[in-house]
Amino acid sequence: MSIATHSPVRSIAAHAILIAYTAIALFPVLVIVVNSFKTRNAIFRSPLSLPDAETFSLIGYQTVWAQGDFILYFQNSLVVTVASLALVLLFGAMAAFALSEYRFRGNTLMGLYLALGIMIPIRLGTVAILQLMVASGLVNTLTALILVYTAQGLPLAVFILSEFMQQVSKDLKDAGRIDGLSEYHIFFRLVLPLVRPAMATVAVFTMIPIWNDLWFPLILAPAEETKTVTLGAQVFIGQFVTNWNAVLSALSLAILPVLVLYVIFSRQLIRGITAGAVK
Amino acid sequence: MSIPSEKPTVRWHIGAFLAPAVLIYTAVMILPLFGTLQLSFFRMIDREAVFVGLENFRTLFFDPRWSASFWNALGNNTWFFIIHMLVQNPIGILLAAILSSPRLRLASAYRTAIFIPTILSFVIVGFGWKLILSPIWGVAPSILDAVGLKMLFAPWLGKEEYALTTLSLISVWQFVGIPMMLIYAALLSIPDDIIEAAECDGVTGMSQFWKVKLPLILPSIGIISVLTFVANFNAFDLIYSAQGALAGPNYATDILGTFLYRTFFGFQLQIGDASMGSTIASIMFLIILAGVCFYLFIIQRRLRRYQF
Repeated sequence: MSIATHSPVRSIAAHAILIAYTAIALFPVLVIVVNSFKTRNAIFRSPLSLPDAETFSLIGYQTVWAQGDFILYFQNSLVVTVASLALVLLFGAMAAFALSEYRFRGNTLMGLYLALGIMIPIRLGTVAILQLMVASGLVNTLTALILVYTAQGLPLAVFILSEFMQQVSKDLKDAGRIDGLSEYHIFFRLVLPLVRPAMATVAVFTMIPIWNDLWFPLILAPAEETKTVTLGAQVFIGQFVTNWNAVLSALSLAILPVLVLYVIFSRQLIRGITAGAVK
Repeated sequence: MSIPSEKPTVRWHIGAFLAPAVLIYTAVMILPLFGTLQLSFFRMIDREAVFVGLENFRTLFFDPRWSASFWNALGNNTWFFIIHMLVQNPIGILLAAILSSPRLRLASAYRTAIFIPTILSFVIVGFGWKLILSPIWGVAPSILDAVGLKMLFAPWLGKEEYALTTLSLISVWQFVGIPMMLIYAALLSIPDDIIEAAECDGVTGMSQFWKVKLPLILPSIGIISVLTFVANFNAFDLIYSAQGALAGPNYATDILGTFLYRTFFGFQLQIGDASMGSTIASIMFLIILAGVCFYLFIIQRRLRRYQF
């Protein structure tokens, strides 16, 4: 290990670049959140200063609270995200187990078939998906969104989980078989607990696009009672476009839950992305 | 090594494990995808679907009412992609290279912070930036003023010549975390002994990155390129949140996703057209398929994978 290559100059330059980019990444978010706590005048007069006793105001949040149905939107997003996530993880893990554990005719073909969806976006089938949902009476229901997001999340889940399942010790499974455990027991009792870290990674990858999606809520479930937070915020902002307090507050409210979840799960997410890279 | 465990009995459990995923995936994703491709060969005439062959594609490419919008959207989309490749991926690689240097303090804090925009929804990103760049609010002009560049300010999102580039850069700002993370992971997985061998040979610092590390992470760069391609030719949300379905000003920011939405759903006085919508979706499918195949059969084969 050569110390000479890590001169203080190099290290200062590295920090300077990283600090600069961190500022670029965080600044817009901070501007929005900080200004949502200010009076209308202060928002325009000094957008870059923090709110003080004089300029502090919650008027935007009051408008959002009175006018928007954000609790309902939030609830819808939560139901859709949690349900799709549960289905993706369960069904994805089952399929990944079948593909990685057993040799059967068509195994590779099935793997490729499921992997197709990693690259081809489900959005391209929207026209026929809408027809399908209309035909089955699922338009403007959360079920429609859950089905679509489950299908959307499965390919990547199967792909990542089968990589991990191949690493589960063969001896352990065979020991289970000798003890007379059924294949279902081996999957649920032995394998599933061992791939829990991979499941968490898949969960984060699956969750973010579902929570943030605008396309399918807009097309499949635009009704007031099935709006998700993303769509709700979009529509609310469109209506209150000139009410800057309300818009900034709505944006801040939409940022907050994702940010909290991210801070909780960020270690998991990063560990997942860099999986296998731990030296 | 796995020992083939062939048994003469029918192994029902394999089917049971596969069935739920395969059924949902087939019913909600694969069949509608092909359904959409199929719809592009039909047209509604007097409330009945009539097979018209490639007529819809001909309309899209050559009918003056459609072709101008289509080529405009395709051109804009290509520019959108070029900006991502030229700005997002190099910045991502640079940040990853810095972050992966050993004994860097606060590395995980930087990583967490730089990834934050990626987890935000398009609505927040699109509208937030719209407010920040708005000449009414004046956040952007006052920042430029602070560094003495106020004369550079223009209402970027409102000008036809700048709007698309501005939106592309906003999208770059949002997604730079993804190449950063993937390259970071690839750099971390380079074994110590290779780096140590390079250092013994006197290859350090910048030349170590260019000569040793970069060739080793080329497969990851290939993956982020194809991911960028797919995501860009499928993009919609950011443009819709920032500029609306009309992708203003004067369609300057119209990409295939917004064009598909307007065609399929209709807007203002135009009513939605499912068959032309399917036609556009089919074109997007072919473009993405071509990109993915190019990656799989041309790029990936030439990149040697290093197994450690």
